[in-house]
Amino acid sequence: MDGNKPVTNMTDVGKRPAARRGVFSRRLSGILEPYYYVSPAVVLIVAVMLMPLILGLSYAFRDIRILNPFSGGFVGLAHFQALAHDSAFLGALINTAWWTFGSLAFQFSLGLVLALLLNRQFLGRRLIQALVFLPWAVPTFLSGLNWAWMFNPVVGPLPHWLTSLGLMDTPFNILSDPDLAMWGPIIANIWFGIPFFAITLLAALQSIPGELYEAASIDGATTRQKFISITIPFLAPTIAITLMLRTIWIANFADLIVVMTKGGPADSTQIVASYIFTQAFRRLDFGYASAIAAVLLVLLLAYALGVIALRRAMTHADS
Amino acid sequence: MSTPGKSRLRKTAYWGTHYLMIAAFVAFALFPLYWLLKVSVTPNDILYTEGVRMWPSRTTWDNYTFVLTQSHFPHYFMNSVIVSGFTALFTCIIAAVTGYAFSRFRFNGKIVIVALMLITQMFPLVMLIAPIFRILAPLGLTDSLTGLIIVYTAFNVPFATFLMQSFFDGIPKDLEEAAMIDGNTRFEAFRRIILPLTLPGIAATLGFVFTAAWSELLFALMLVSSESASTFPVGLLSFVSKFGVDFGQMMAAGVLALIPACAFFLLIQRYLVQGLTAGAVKG
Repeated sequence: MDGNKPVTNMTDVGKRPAARRGVFSRRLSGILEPYYYVSPAVVLIVAVMLMPLILGLSYAFRDIRILNPFSGGFVGLAHFQALAHDSAFLGALINTAWWTFGSLAFQFSLGLVLALLLNRQFLGRRLIQALVFLPWAVPTFLSGLNWAWMFNPVVGPLPHWLTSLGLMDTPFNILSDPDLAMWGPIIANIWFGIPFFAITLLAALQSIPGELYEAASIDGATTRQKFISITIPFLAPTIAITLMLRTIWIANFADLIVVMTKGGPADSTQIVASYIFTQAFRRLDFGYASAIAAVLLVLLLAYALGVIALRRAMTHADS
Repeated sequence: MSTPGKSRLRKTAYWGTHYLMIAAFVAFALFPLYWLLKVSVTPNDILYTEGVRMWPSRTTWDNYTFVLTQSHFPHYFMNSVIVSGFTALFTCIIAAVTGYAFSRFRFNGKIVIVALMLITQMFPLVMLIAPIFRILAPLGLTDSLTGLIIVYTAFNVPFATFLMQSFFDGIPKDLEEAAMIDGNTRFEAFRRIILPLTLPGIAATLGFVFTAAWSELLFALMLVSSESASTFPVGLLSFVSKFGVDFGQMMAAGVLALIPACAFFLLIQRYLVQGLTAGAVKG
């Protein structure tokens, strides 16, 4: 589109060399212009994200310990061999699956219900919307601490409520019980994540043309029929993308766990992402941490590709 | 006669359930924040005896005065304001020009750049902690606010770019083309005509990035070790582990940490439904 204009100048090429040079440089700057705009972002992302990513992958094959000046040599696959026998890592893999799907199932279903509720006109909707989306704005470290406090029988009400309901014999902190501890961060994560699904699904709901529902009503469709044959198909693409993105984000999301339990008690809440952080931060063993990170990256890539392949297969089957 | 009555009954039942469910969601969303506030104004001596009361029999501002005058928190708070503020500013500038280019130009390599940005949204940022530390250490950028600002800006640019692009997409191209015919360069047209029109979008992006930077914990923990460069999350966390449990003071600090994030959020939340979907779902 931008290339159209200079063509008309081709006729004066022989006559006025100066003008030709002007056209040429203008044309060159026209070609270069987009790159001026995008270069700051590209430079920054390459320097701070892409290069470290590549460097991190290379660390996975090296012995890198920050406090050890003799480290740095190649160790080949030693880290990965160690990983295969690292029971803490294998436990973290299972915990990651549990953490991700436990959080996601509730975030999504409650977020969908909330979006459907907010999609109706009612008194005070704007205010309600601002209030129910608020947890999303709460800094994660604070959500984590706050929920940890809520579960603490000294200052939190939750253990006392559970005792009154007969679910607990005496008020105790579920975060210190290896069997139950994972529920703490999961509940905090549900609280934090409902607004994301509610916001995206609400926007998708609002983009459904109202005439569709009117036409369906004229044809005598019931509310349930309209929901199944109009709402769900319209939401499906948004649901597919947000579910996939959120799965990956939650699997990577170590903040709540680091703040609430630090992976404990007895590694019962350690997920792969928090394990990477523990290895890098506390043991300063960057080589091993990077090997774990590489495995996590491969698993998430495999998951994403699997989901995309599945979707493609399904859309092909439809058409 | 019976049909309208029945349908009215059904309508009442529907809206009754509707409001009941809304109320449950509001309670779930707000109760933890309410509790934070409640403990922060509870005097220490009745904190444990009235642990489960909905509101303490006496209240006090002591925890707040302590946090504001006797602790490092005002300092952490300022550090966080500086880091989040500059991150939001730089991210917005970079995202605005990049988003504009994505919206208006077709050029070689565009797909590669878009793909690069999308991929950065997918991979685990925790795996960057070690290499980023190793890169920044020799440059003297660990343990400094500048280092944090650079890292956060890079992390936030991709999403902010897609967000800004969606706002530029909504503005007709004729506007800057007219300005360019009048003799402005494209960049002038962009700055004078297009940017002012996207101010709401820029505000939303600013708020979004500010809160993201305000919340970031893991990189701040890893990259900063001294008290003088600690951000609020790091300060609060070290406070928790170092001084054991003074719940009242910690919760008062928590309420203070909440204020900027929530203020920003309430300002921008009406753009979110529009902006977030445009950015997240179209990508």
